[in-house]
Amino acid sequence: MKALVAIKRVVDYNIQVRVKADGSNVDIDGVKMGVNPFDENAIEEAIRLKEKGIVTEIVAVTIGAAVNQDILRHALAMGADRATLIETTDSLQPLDVAKVLKAVVEREQPSLILLGKQAIDDDAGQTGQMLAALLKLPQATYASQITIADNQATVVREIDGGTQTLSVTLPAVITADLRLNEPRYVKLPNLMMARKKPIETIALDSLNLALTNSVQQLKVAAPPERPAGIMVKDVNELLSKLRTHEGIIV
Amino acid sequence: MRTLIIAEHDGQHLNEQVARAVTAAQQWQQPVDVLIAAAQPEALAAQAAALQGVSSVLVASDAALQHPTAEHLAEIIVPLAANYTVVLAAHSAFSKNVLPRVAALLDVNMLSDVLEIVNTNTYVRGIYAGNVLATVQSSDAVQVLTVRGSKFAAAAAGATAEVKTITAPAAPQGSRWVSEAFNKSERPALTAAKVVVSGGRALGSADAFAQVIAPLADKLHAAIGASRAAVDAGYAPNDLQVGQTGVVVAPELYIAVGISGAIQHAYGMKDSKVVVAINQDPEAQIFKIADYGLVADLFEVVPQLTAAL
Repeated sequence: MKALVAIKRVVDYNIQVRVKADGSNVDIDGVKMGVNPFDENAIEEAIRLKEKGIVTEIVAVTIGAAVNQDILRHALAMGADRATLIETTDSLQPLDVAKVLKAVVEREQPSLILLGKQAIDDDAGQTGQMLAALLKLPQATYASQITIADNQATVVREIDGGTQTLSVTLPAVITADLRLNEPRYVKLPNLMMARKKPIETIALDSLNLALTNSVQQLKVAAPPERPAGIMVKDVNELLSKLRTHEGIIV
Repeated sequence: MRTLIIAEHDGQHLNEQVARAVTAAQQWQQPVDVLIAAAQPEALAAQAAALQGVSSVLVASDAALQHPTAEHLAEIIVPLAANYTVVLAAHSAFSKNVLPRVAALLDVNMLSDVLEIVNTNTYVRGIYAGNVLATVQSSDAVQVLTVRGSKFAAAAAGATAEVKTITAPAAPQGSRWVSEAFNKSERPALTAAKVVVSGGRALGSADAFAQVIAPLADKLHAAIGASRAAVDAGYAPNDLQVGQTGVVVAPELYIAVGISGAIQHAYGMKDSKVVVAINQDPEAQIFKIADYGLVADLFEVVPQLTAAL
């Protein structure tokens, strides 16, 4: 079966982004970028399913400017077979991303659609569910284990206080949580080989989609800082401070 | 027009975050209805109807709602949306699974984990692990959002709203609940606890985590949390993870033991009223957001603290 993995290029998770002086947006000029961590789990899972003989072809897709080819190369170096860039310089909101991905799914007809559970830039966590809705397909979010047999995916999901197991009929949309797997490191020979794998570029405009773009970012700001605390020298001082702190009962 | 709250519950009890969503919903100054979708909804409907600020409770009942899927809930919610300009829920693993599906079926965007409702279509929410607060405005006809429960007080009980039954469409094919496994604990839920004691990688092992953190949590009737590093190292189960990739907590007292305080952990706990940090490294980031910091060997001072309580 064919697996489609949708990935996003985001600011590296170790970087603390800053707000521009005029509060118009975050300043990400020259900042290290990479594959969204949860999306890397999604790629890894597709590769493991291919290694088990369940998946036969892995297509990676992303949406963005030409520079997004770097994360597609990364996916190819990890083990994806080919990649598609839906090219646009616009920044799309989750519903529009889902609409674009729907068009890609209709073109590729994959049995398995994998995404990360959320992107670590906008922290929305919506695209997978929205894509499943638009395709009228089952969804299994926050996957920490995926088992595929007889055209069914049995998915263990991370929920508040424990786990839930769902069985979904394929094709289905599954979003990856961190615990799903540990993504492999890309070795240099694989990076070289990935250069020979094809990346197809499709202009977003050529898909003729009616996009929504209904949410406007008015401003951004740094969150208020917690007032500086004090250092205590031992447990006794800590307890006496806590016991005199309003509302704290210890 | 009206506001619809999607209620989370365990089949018997409303999640305590529902009362917080009811408070958030008052911002629109229009009638607030609560949807209870359950196999046996009577007791749940009564709990929702008692919340002050609720106009009516809509009850959808179906045997399949014993363990509802997002697909089924979306089919119940979407036809109702014609009567509503706002559909909201408290942000949780439950709501963030269901509401994006609802929003897409309504052809509207969704705002996740809203921290502040500025006006009827403008919100403040965290991006980049809460390092940036974005003010966003939605032009959608139906505003679909989840709100951070800890930012809103819980609505009081004591009211008696009307309860109406609605028809529930049959559960769609294609997705089937198999099982659930909850980590059994006598402790309060992480998101509801007044005190949280969290352990980090400095604990060094699962045994040490249990032997150092649990007794302190017992004394304080606290929930136990963990940093991602501690979870990744296998010292604590994943559902205890506090942070961007785990749960967000805002207790009265948060005690961080052997936690460095990486950005993604701070995201999950920096709204706590009082933060205590115990760490051997005086340069640890956690001290920048702590009210009280103690540079010490945790294996020495945490048992001392436990004994002194």
